Amino acid sequence: MEIVLNGESHTLPADCNLERLITDLQLTGKRLAVELNQEIVPRSQFTDTRLKSGDHIEIVHAIGGG
Amino acid sequence: MAAASEFMNNVQDTPLTIAGKRYHSRLLVGSGKYKDLEETRLATEASGAEIITVAIRRTNIGQNPDEPSLLEVISPEKYTLLPNTAGCFTAQDAVRTCRLARELLDGHNLVKLEVLGDEKTLFPDVTATLEAAEILVKDDFDVMVYTNDDPLIAKRLEELGCAAVMPLAAPIGSGLGIRNPYNILTIVENANVPILVDAGVGTASDAAVAMELGCDGILMNTAIAAAQHPVLMASAMKKAIEGGREAFLAGRMPRKRFASASSPIDGIIA
Repeated sequence: MEIVLNGESHTLPADCNLERLITDLQLTGKRLAVELNQEIVPRSQFTDTRLKSGDHIEIVHAIGGG
Repeated sequence: MAAASEFMNNVQDTPLTIAGKRYHSRLLVGSGKYKDLEETRLATEASGAEIITVAIRRTNIGQNPDEPSLLEVISPEKYTLLPNTAGCFTAQDAVRTCRLARELLDGHNLVKLEVLGDEKTLFPDVTATLEAAEILVKDDFDVMVYTNDDPLIAKRLEELGCAAVMPLAAPIGSGLGIRNPYNILTIVENANVPILVDAGVGTASDAAVAMELGCDGILMNTAIAAAQHPVLMASAMKKAIEGGREAFLAGRMPRKRFASASSPIDGIIA
């Protein structure tokens, strides 16, 4: 299925949850925050958050800025 | 005879307090525009700053997962991180960014709000800033807000419940110095929350001028990061802010148009 990940189209296996996506992106253990369709998803809910076709996901981290 | 240090202890300054937390340093620094993370680390350390701004951005998908991250050198255990909403041009984007930052930093709710109105000047969109500030305060954020040097708007942001108000001294990244000292002074005199100059400082003397006006602190990034020697400039800024603060507390002499000799007239041999 297709989702929009950080503004880009991204293909996922069917029946994928957020935890799996984070693992596949090799982002496990990184300090990040995730928004699914403009709602924050707490880290504790990654496993229980099933993704569906057309979802918009934003994954952000902290970088240098003033 | 009392030592000077003893005297100084008697006139000790009250620490900068933002949202109930006390800080020894009145210099806040950004972590952007450095050559690399090592330079970021060294300049931040040399500045003595305790509050460090960071930006919230999309993770690069597919990048090297072992690439070092900012928070490894600017750790939340050592510093108070101040996530900013730089680059946001709407109240909605700024609020979203703050909520992501709070999640990212495990519920830490101190944020720097800026809603920009124009790409060329990076001047704040004041109406959108007011709108975002109101939402964030209601959502239990401690909001340090970037604004222009308008005393009425600064007061309005304070009344909305912002933890600190941060007027610009000149456009972001311009290094033009304190362009409107009288407005900054009026903002400081009217305020019941900390007033920090955010943006416009170019060199150490600019920082001293802002502190001599009575500002509670200064937030800067480019003045340090774009110096020829950022780590040395960070140290210079630290000293300028301490010097400017002491000069403010000491109270400067009145300005006079003509000379007033420092040595006595009596006893001159001629």
